[in-house]
Amino acid sequence: MDIFLQQVINALVVGTFYGLIALGYSMVYGIIRLLNFAHGDLFMLGAFAGFSVLSLFTGQVGFIGIGLALIVSVLVVGLIGLGVERIAYRPLIKKKSPKLNLLITAVGVSLAIEYAVMLSYGPSFRVYPIQLPNTGFHIGDVKITYIQLGIILFTILIMIFLQLFIHKSIYGKAMRSIAIDDTATSLMGIPVHRFIGLTFFMGSGLAAVAGVMDGIYYGQINFLMGFLFGLKAFTAAVIGGIGSVNGAMLGGLVLGIVETLGTVYVGGEWKDVFAFGILILFLVLKPTGLLGEAVNERV
Amino acid sequence: MNTPFLKNKSFLYILLFIVMIAIPLITNRYWTDVASTAMFYILLALGLNIIVGYAGLLDLGYSAFFAVGSYTTGILTTQFGVSFWISIFLGAIFATVLGVLIGIPTLRLRSDYLAIVTLGFGEIIRLIANNSKFTGGASGIYGIPKPKIGSFVFQSNVLLYYLMFIFVLLAIFVIWRLGNSRVGRAWKYIREDEDAAEAMGVNGLYYKLLAYGLGAMFGGLAGSLFAVKMSAIAPESFGFMQSAMILLAVVLGGIGRISGVILGAVLVILLPEAMRSFSDWRIFLFGVLLVLTMIFRPNGLWPSKKETEEMDDPEPLKGGSKSVVS
Repeated sequence: MDIFLQQVINALVVGTFYGLIALGYSMVYGIIRLLNFAHGDLFMLGAFAGFSVLSLFTGQVGFIGIGLALIVSVLVVGLIGLGVERIAYRPLIKKKSPKLNLLITAVGVSLAIEYAVMLSYGPSFRVYPIQLPNTGFHIGDVKITYIQLGIILFTILIMIFLQLFIHKSIYGKAMRSIAIDDTATSLMGIPVHRFIGLTFFMGSGLAAVAGVMDGIYYGQINFLMGFLFGLKAFTAAVIGGIGSVNGAMLGGLVLGIVETLGTVYVGGEWKDVFAFGILILFLVLKPTGLLGEAVNERV
Repeated sequence: MNTPFLKNKSFLYILLFIVMIAIPLITNRYWTDVASTAMFYILLALGLNIIVGYAGLLDLGYSAFFAVGSYTTGILTTQFGVSFWISIFLGAIFATVLGVLIGIPTLRLRSDYLAIVTLGFGEIIRLIANNSKFTGGASGIYGIPKPKIGSFVFQSNVLLYYLMFIFVLLAIFVIWRLGNSRVGRAWKYIREDEDAAEAMGVNGLYYKLLAYGLGAMFGGLAGSLFAVKMSAIAPESFGFMQSAMILLAVVLGGIGRISGVILGAVLVILLPEAMRSFSDWRIFLFGVLLVLTMIFRPNGLWPSKKETEEMDDPEPLKGGSKSVVS
């Protein structure tokens, strides 16, 4: 039972990563119905941006260093996400291209980002330039490290902020309105494309936060880490109900727990098969997810 | 819809045919190998073109079918002593069955969900190949015997090249006929407007399944040929990059058009050869190329006029009327 609880704690941390990335998928999908295939790579970019910032520090990296890494990473990756939308997606959206073309573009963006990072940072794993003490506290026999606690608390903060932003601010209102009907929204004088850009910026920033935290937590990063992680985060978004912010977080936690338990009881090499199996099952049996609303595709 | 295949530009096609026959005779072993690889990609791209180009379904896990064909031939010929000809037949059947099985539940899904499901499915197949004993695990299968008829063995690369050339010609003929048949018209109708097609009595799911199964079959065939050509296979040949390269071949040349797809496949093979001195940039440039193609030439480098007109009528990007970001 203690092993079980310990695994659940570990799963929660992985789940928050999935959840944070899934948020970006969900927000972008909710607003323009685009499956931003390159989203996982923005997570990877976030990890590398944090890597570059933390590499500047010599000696002990304190909370200031981590904070700086997070802020720079969010800004850089957010702007890159904005750029991707502006350069790659917007021309197609304005031309009202078929969905197939948008998806293929997204695959291209994903490959370009991955291998641009490979060209600049090299193909091998890089060790994250920060060593946090592995100390923590015990509840019974279950150990929770301060890093884990920090990651979970920080994610909760982000979630609260996001809820307030989407439901209480006028910007969030505009975003929700575009998701319902973009034409009507633009007739109300709202600059639709600027808000689509904002959504991309926020989604990318959230992925960047997850990237930096992932680097700190696991200690090493690689240019291909976003592919698998992105795919799983998409799974999380689907489990929770794509388009739903709370669902994305819930889906991330569910996937994290299922996957971790699968690793313990079935074997680590089948972990990914497990995750993709769940993805396919959900898409086939309950495509609206746990918290999503029914979406009709108008052909 | 009757495309004059031989009447129009027949001179060009005959010239191309002669060049393809002559390649192993006038060039060295290296270029024969490049040409053989191009043959596979043509076969794979033609198969994927049925799914993506004709029926308009995005498949990001096409290498799964390729893997099934390869492993069927690999396992049957090395462990059970089955003849290559039986194994290629079985490989194609297995791939088709798998395609239909995965297609039945998933082809009802929204188009972008389908892309992700196929991607996940492709990864599952690769992981199974990587983790199972009967597939040889991460090191794969080696020592796959060359095909033979009676005592005649397709030992040399040149003979294998011609074998693949025959398969490619057959595939071109079959797919060209399919594209211009009643079935092909149904696919194009579904691609352009599925609801209208259904209203006209075209059974959407049936034709989509047909496209998926047939596409899978060609993937399986190419896989079997790949296994005997390389004589060793490993799971890493069947990853997402493979699927992405095949997709690039289909998209780059001229989606939905046989000559365009062939051009695309040849380009995907030749570009890395041309970029040998800066090969690290290869995949990065491919990604950029995909994006640029979609923005500036959405129907590929060599689209047909008819196709361009058909595609000028855009479908709305935004689907549902009801959905909330909350």
